[in-house]
Amino acid sequence: MAEELTKLICITCPVGCTLEVTHEGKTLIKVEGNQCKKGVDYAEGELTDPRRMVTSTVKVRGGVFPLVPVYTAAPIPKPLIFDLLAELRKVELQAPVKVGQVVLKNALGTGVDILASRNLPAGD
Amino acid sequence: MLKQKYDVIVIGSGPAGLAAAIEAKKTGAEDVLIIERAKELGGILQQCIHNGFGVEILKQDLPGPAYAQRFIDEAEQLGVEVLLDAMVLDISPARHIYAISKWSGFAELDARAIVLSMGCRERTRAQIRIPGTRPAGVYTAGTAQRFVNIEGFMPGKRFVILGSGDIGMIMARRLTFEGAKVERVLEIMPFLTGLIRNYVQCLLDFNIPLQLRHTVSRIIGNSRVEAVEAVQVDDKWQPIPGTEEIIPCDTLLLSVGLIPENELSRKAGVALDPVTGGPYVDEGMQTSVPGIFAAGNVVHVYDLVDWVTEAGFRAGRSAAKFALAERKRAARQVKLQPGDNIRYIVPHVMDKESLAEADQRLQMRVIQPIEDKVWVEVLDGDNLVTRKSQRYVRPGEMVTVDIPQKAYDAVQKADTLTVRVVRR
Ligand SMILES: Cc1cc2nc3c(=O)[nH]c(=O)nc-3n(C[C@H](O)[C@H](O)[C@H](O)COP(=O)(O)OP(=O)(O)OC[C@H]3O[C@@H](n4cnc5c(N)ncnc54)[C@H](O)[C@@H]3O)c2cc1C
Ligand code: SF4
Repeated sequence: MAEELTKLICITCPVGCTLEVTHEGKTLIKVEGNQCKKGVDYAEGELTDPRRMVTSTVKVRGGVFPLVPVYTAAPIPKPLIFDLLAELRKVELQAPVKVGQVVLKNALGTGVDILASRNLPAGD
Repeated sequence: MLKQKYDVIVIGSGPAGLAAAIEAKKTGAEDVLIIERAKELGGILQQCIHNGFGVEILKQDLPGPAYAQRFIDEAEQLGVEVLLDAMVLDISPARHIYAISKWSGFAELDARAIVLSMGCRERTRAQIRIPGTRPAGVYTAGTAQRFVNIEGFMPGKRFVILGSGDIGMIMARRLTFEGAKVERVLEIMPFLTGLIRNYVQCLLDFNIPLQLRHTVSRIIGNSRVEAVEAVQVDDKWQPIPGTEEIIPCDTLLLSVGLIPENELSRKAGVALDPVTGGPYVDEGMQTSVPGIFAAGNVVHVYDLVDWVTEAGFRAGRSAAKFALAERKRAARQVKLQPGDNIRYIVPHVMDKESLAEADQRLQMRVIQPIEDKVWVEVLDGDNLVTRKSQRYVRPGEMVTVDIPQKAYDAVQKADTLTVRVVRR
């Protein structure tokens, strides 16, 4: 397989470095333009198993608001995002909810838990 | 129970206000109060459910509400008092605060120091002047964010977003997650105005098209938005004829900038920089009015919450130091209060230490004439500090009494000295 050059933008932090990634298929050869080591990890991930953090909301009964925001404890494979959102639509919690509470364990068998991102007291 | 006077009163409970209150406590301020017009603490972060907060300060990538929760918990542990659902209406330069609350009604409070942290508000359609009808279905991106993330209500099904700021791009992804179709993001500038990472993870990942050098030239629809007309602009932001395109949609979101919220600052007499739209501040975040500090988006619009928190810490520390100095000054002073038959006394307050150097003369006028021998007495409660005898007193003739140096110890114990005239 021939060497290829792909331009990527690292989204690991707000700096947003433009990475010039040399690779052969899914094999990383070198990364340029990264301001820190995490840029290399990001490039590697994008080539082999691109992942994203996902944030959304789930329904809550008996809370001060009808929803509680949730997030993936770690990034999940990008192709699973919409499946995960469909899973989350089925969840309904009972208030009160605590920040960090596990809302969905081992979501879609990824090994990643979904956590509540705030306290939601019971109320009207 | 609300106190009448606080060392530090913080207005607004976003990351700036929370940090200021926390740091004020840690610096030694005893009574610290946060006044917040919303029903809960946290400010705008409560609706920013996406991650990306705290990477710098907490070395952790958290959603907005989780970031806020850290600081809410810390404020609570430190004993910061909170008044929720209360809107501050006015502040005087002497740091008198007027607030209205659904629960406790009208409240008047005094602060030795104030931290302004009211955040910012979004620019609206009126401020960018889009022609066309005024149908329902035009929202600012932040308003839509609140609907979708907190209140659980989708404002539409097919969206066009004007402006490539972070809030707009983040909402493009959020709406896509909730099953809506985002037709287009339009940006009048020749470059992205938000962070490039948001372009990648919010637009590119979901194939949402972005058009630079484009704007909305017209809104179409009677009772509800039916479409918008997009147009390309030239270097002078003028529409280029012939580039118009009708994009069918039912909702237009505006993500066209934020303006620091400085109504209150203006009322307090705080000088504002016309460029940032926020107060002029010194290195300790003090505004042009002594004892009034400011931090966060009220000063200038930040794109990273970590720096907002950092500015809040700085403002809280300075405010506490100011308040403590005020307390010391007040502790050194004794009030001089007119008692029986006295109309006024000058001076009104006296530094207790002044007796270490010399006797202190008080000048006053009486209310009623007494054509008899009288005592002019200076008292701390029931304890006589000093007195002098006089043959008569008349309103037309100024009366004086000296507090002698030997009263130094007695005066140190007093908060207030009362002066009265009584018959012998
Ligand atoms: C929609 C949006 C998305 C953002 N996304 C990100 C992001 O992804 N990552 C990031 O790092 N940063 C982000 N930011 C920036 C960051 O959230 C803000 O910079 C930060 O929240 C500003 O904090 P603040 O304390 O200055 O103001 P705010 O959080 O706005 O808090 C101000 C508070 O003051 C209260 N208030 C105002 N006037 C009064 C009054 N008269 N009386 C009583 N209370 C009053 C308001 O109710 C509010 O609670 C975003 C900002 C916005 C607006
Ligand atoms: S390479 Fe490092 S500095 Fe650059 S965006 Fe990625 S994480 Fe940030």
